[in-house]
Amino acid sequence: MSFLTATQVVKRYSGHLALDSLDLAVPQNSIFGLLGPNGAGKTTFIRILNQITAPDSGSIYIDGEKLSAKHIHSIGYLPEERGLYKKMKVGEQALYLSRLKGLNRHDAFKQLKYWFEKFEITEWWDKKVEELSKGMQQKVQFIITILHKPRLLIFDEPFSGFDPINTNLLKQEILKLRFDGATILFSTHNMASVEEICDHIALINKSRKILDGNINDVRDTYASGIYEFTYLGYFQKLAATLATNYEIIETAENNGISSIKLRLTDSSMSQNDLIKHMLQFGNMKSFEMVKPSMNDIFIKAVQSSGPSNETKIN
Amino acid sequence: MSKTGLIIQREYVTRVKKKSFIIMTILGPLLFAALMVAPALLAQMEEDELKYVAVIDDSYLFAPITSDDGKIDIRILKDTEFIKFDYMLNMSMDSAKNQLKDSKYYALLYIPHNVINMGTGRVQLFSYQQPNLGLKMHIANCLEKHIEDIKLAEKGKDLGITPESMQEILRVVNSNVNVITYKLGEDGVETQTSTEISMILGYISGFLIYMFVFMYGSMVMRGVIEEKTSRIVEVIVSSVKPYQLMMGKIIGVALVGLTQFLLWVVLTFGLVTVAQAVLIDTSKIAEMAQVPTDSTGRTLIDADKAVDEGAAQFSEVFNSIKAINFPLVIGMFLFYFMGGYLLYAAMFAAIGAAVDNETDTQQFMLPVTIPLVLGIIVMVSAINNPSGSLAYWFSIIPFTSPIVMMVRIPFEVPIQDVIISMALLVISFVFMVWMAAKIYRTGILMYGKKVNYKELWKWLRYKN
Repeated sequence: MSFLTATQVVKRYSGHLALDSLDLAVPQNSIFGLLGPNGAGKTTFIRILNQITAPDSGSIYIDGEKLSAKHIHSIGYLPEERGLYKKMKVGEQALYLSRLKGLNRHDAFKQLKYWFEKFEITEWWDKKVEELSKGMQQKVQFIITILHKPRLLIFDEPFSGFDPINTNLLKQEILKLRFDGATILFSTHNMASVEEICDHIALINKSRKILDGNINDVRDTYASGIYEFTYLGYFQKLAATLATNYEIIETAENNGISSIKLRLTDSSMSQNDLIKHMLQFGNMKSFEMVKPSMNDIFIKAVQSSGPSNETKIN
Repeated sequence: MSKTGLIIQREYVTRVKKKSFIIMTILGPLLFAALMVAPALLAQMEEDELKYVAVIDDSYLFAPITSDDGKIDIRILKDTEFIKFDYMLNMSMDSAKNQLKDSKYYALLYIPHNVINMGTGRVQLFSYQQPNLGLKMHIANCLEKHIEDIKLAEKGKDLGITPESMQEILRVVNSNVNVITYKLGEDGVETQTSTEISMILGYISGFLIYMFVFMYGSMVMRGVIEEKTSRIVEVIVSSVKPYQLMMGKIIGVALVGLTQFLLWVVLTFGLVTVAQAVLIDTSKIAEMAQVPTDSTGRTLIDADKAVDEGAAQFSEVFNSIKAINFPLVIGMFLFYFMGGYLLYAAMFAAIGAAVDNETDTQQFMLPVTIPLVLGIIVMVSAINNPSGSLAYWFSIIPFTSPIVMMVRIPFEVPIQDVIISMALLVISFVFMVWMAAKIYRTGILMYGKKVNYKELWKWLRYKN
């Protein structure tokens, strides 16, 4: 059941087509990665979701209802270019922004106190924003985004500017939010994070969607049949022997463990056949199908996409 | 609270708490009180040192009259508290000029021999410093009086009238006409008015409106630019419509302006009252109102009459101030301040939204500054001719009406002029707000584009 459904969304900016009949379905309670090169149309789509601009045609449904003003209160948005009023105090400002999202003063205050304690930034309540470091400002912005317990969360490049510790903190929080029932859409170039936490992804290029589906399925599709085997001990000429049947990519040996990476070129051979074949050669320690990184998939998909190319994987 | 209400509250509170607001609130009345009190104060301490003036008189008309024993009886060139004349005998101008620098003399006065017949005369004052106005005027006065007396005496001789009779005629003839203005009310009541007071009032209110509109309009613009550069606008417009943010800011700043104005009025009133009581010695003021005298020292008008005149003038001023319809003036001021501010603040908001930083605003400031300055220029001439056609048209046109109409108000404007002016102003600011909202909503999320008027026009035509 999809929480967010976009159908044939078109958006044009004085001669430049930003979104070309985009269809997108974000499953309920998933973490959905919205990927694409700069200028692809991601930010435009996000602005439409937040009702900052309106599409020229097409429709957006949230949990079965057409997108309308009331949805503002059930959406939390952390923009890529984010800022705060520099001269305003942190606590006061957090309260202001939360109330603009629809929370009443009392609830907002309570929630803020809870989160400030959780992130250990309570002492910054009365400080002016300009006195905070960038990382702290980001924490405050994150808190403000999620405070009103929105059912749909939209993060645009959430990890930019965070150090590794805070990036990890953020990832944990996102997972927790998913656990608590939210649906999360996040747009990023940070492919490592996509691999770590996304369930689904969609890749947009030049205002069109070129890739869409469950992340494992996508990676499987782009898997180019590369496997890695490790054995105890050293085997002379193993590579040479195997070279007749397979494409050898890499061999290595370390501390009494040999490993070999090869590509299965015979399409008639199944994975099980391969394993059976490889078992003969010694004491197998491990076997792994090497999945391509999201980084590689991104590059490959974008490079091979033409104006009318769309790969749908289900 | 509604979202717009929340925004208004934030805009108001953040600005009122600022140090600059508090300083301005205190500074304003201080400056104003100083302006009103300073001339009086300064007049009291005009001169502070004695100035000696050497006189070389080739006409020999201005020599002091000595009695037989050589003591000086009558000085024609009168000494004052700060000016002392020394009549030089048998000295040439050249040697006097040479000696001037090292002497005790502040200036050297030369009176040519034909000073009576030369009209404006070629009386010259030499000094190593710039002689002040007071000295110049005093010399001119003394010389004029004496020359007039001499001419009178000669004429009298021709006509067979004695000098004493001449003076008597002059004294009796001297008149001081003071036109007292009265306004006829509908109910047949006559109230005393004063043209001067009305002029001052008109001028002050017109100027205040100009200042406030500019000051608070700029505040709005700077706020919009701040939100753009800090990118907080991205977060806010996911919660509220751009229109709400713009109006919230405009109204919030308006309230700041009203608060400041109110505080100013209260503080100024208090300060002026205190200052007058403490600083100004009212007896000195009477002295300042110089009673004209002739060269022999006799007053040209009755001393009694002088006191009466002074009292009459004072009570006239007092009555005229009472006659001013303050509720009307203040009500009109508030309306035109709000109307003018809303009109211009909308423009300022649109400009702020269109640019990325303050320096880029230059190209758009022209349509804002020109009407305001025009209003001030017209105001100066409208003060003299409040019912003229220049004043009429500029008090109707919405961009200048807030300033110019305020000038006309103390002078009894026809009610239909006021109604037309108010209606036009309201229609204009509604329209301007609508236009500004369109530019605002597109501009606040647009960065990096060099915007010009053509671009703005495109934005106006975007559909929502």
